[in-house]
Amino acid sequence: MTMYLPIYVIIAAVLTGCMGSEPWVKPYERGNLADPVMQFDRDPVSSMYMNHVHEAREGARGASGSAGGGCGCN
Amino acid sequence: MRITSLNALIFVAVVLPLPANAAVLPEDRVDVLYHAYSGGGVEVTGPSILVRKSLGANVSLAANYYVDDITSASIDVVTQGSPYTEDRTEVSLAADLVYGDTIFGVGSANSEENDYSGSNYWFGVTQDFFGGLSTLSFGYGRASDEVRKNGTPTFKQAIERRNYRLGLTQVLTKNALLGITFETITDEGFLNNPYRSYRFLDAASAIGYSYALEAYPGTRTSNAASLRGLYFLEPRSSIYAEYRYYSDDWEIKAHDIELGYTRALSNSWLFDVGYRYYTQTGADFFSNMFARRDEQNFMGRDKELSPFDSHTLSFGLSYQFLPNGFGKIESGSLNIYYDRIMSSYDEYTNNSPGTTLATEQLFEFDANVLRAYFSIGF
Repeated sequence: MTMYLPIYVIIAAVLTGCMGSEPWVKPYERGNLADPVMQFDRDPVSSMYMNHVHEAREGARGASGSAGGGCGCN
Repeated sequence: MRITSLNALIFVAVVLPLPANAAVLPEDRVDVLYHAYSGGGVEVTGPSILVRKSLGANVSLAANYYVDDITSASIDVVTQGSPYTEDRTEVSLAADLVYGDTIFGVGSANSEENDYSGSNYWFGVTQDFFGGLSTLSFGYGRASDEVRKNGTPTFKQAIERRNYRLGLTQVLTKNALLGITFETITDEGFLNNPYRSYRFLDAASAIGYSYALEAYPGTRTSNAASLRGLYFLEPRSSIYAEYRYYSDDWEIKAHDIELGYTRALSNSWLFDVGYRYYTQTGADFFSNMFARRDEQNFMGRDKELSPFDSHTLSFGLSYQFLPNGFGKIESGSLNIYYDRIMSSYDEYTNNSPGTTLATEQLFEFDANVLRAYFSIGF
């Protein structure tokens, strides 16, 4: 599990850093975050397809949240 | 035959999103996509239709209809069988319920083809913290597949699959988003392709080798972790980066890195360009050529389980229409995306008819992937 240690540290830092503080991005500052260019998966049907393409042709699977497309045949 | 139930897990990951701002149900929408894949002797086309509709203020329902029309003359097929065509149809249904800062999601999917059936269900919880700036999600999925073999009516084997997913989306600044995801998947059952064979050296054969049906372990457990980020730039654009590490108890280890850039060319046009690098080691029971029949307990020659790497270039163009809506329609877009995937194998060789052991070259192929779709938001 040591390979995940850096990610655990990031999560801990992010969460503990946020505890008890005011929202550090005010609602009126979220315009850029709401822009379509700031979506990890802008169109779910397109992302699902690309994930399908990758998982059908690669040994790896899981923890994907973007991109995709294809069939799983040989 | 393919790992169909994984598609539903993808549905979990993408349709149960991690909203960046508070617990808000996804918007009502209709997406109609045409997909086309061509590469390595395989052609796959078909539609995917996603409909999401809210019921009142707290419930949202989603349905996805997906078809693969497959024509295959892949390297496996030309060396061990005959080209074939088949269809795969998958239907997924999901429901989300929002309660305060929490979204509860459930869903189910079924997939059918002539020699493979998959069914599964899942549930997930998404919780917002800190005024919507942090979003934590958990998902669990369970799948039951049936593997059949054309020409052998008595052949029926089962696969049971579990999927555990944990994710965090974090607003870092007014211009930066971070996403972290872990996923564990376990399989138990008949995990190999009932048609595929491995090769072993055979002095009695004119070509120097013979084939025997593959034998895989009956279980597999994999872990994957990904870290991704988005950053807003002026003029209106964003850069995207993702890294994923994967490992499993078949000794496959994989890394992939993805970089992307999205640019608003005007209020109506978005342009995307991206690059993805993927590399993996091979499964410990993969060999391009075994020394003899039954050399070890588990033997396989699936190129997806062999060491290889690939480079992908992506281009996309989106036209956003009806920016001010029209009647009940709030927005719409027309989109076209093209991906070029270039794969090179480190051990797997091309033993197509006409080659000999002395002339076989390492296998490589390029694939073209097209997505054309329109989306309407309500």
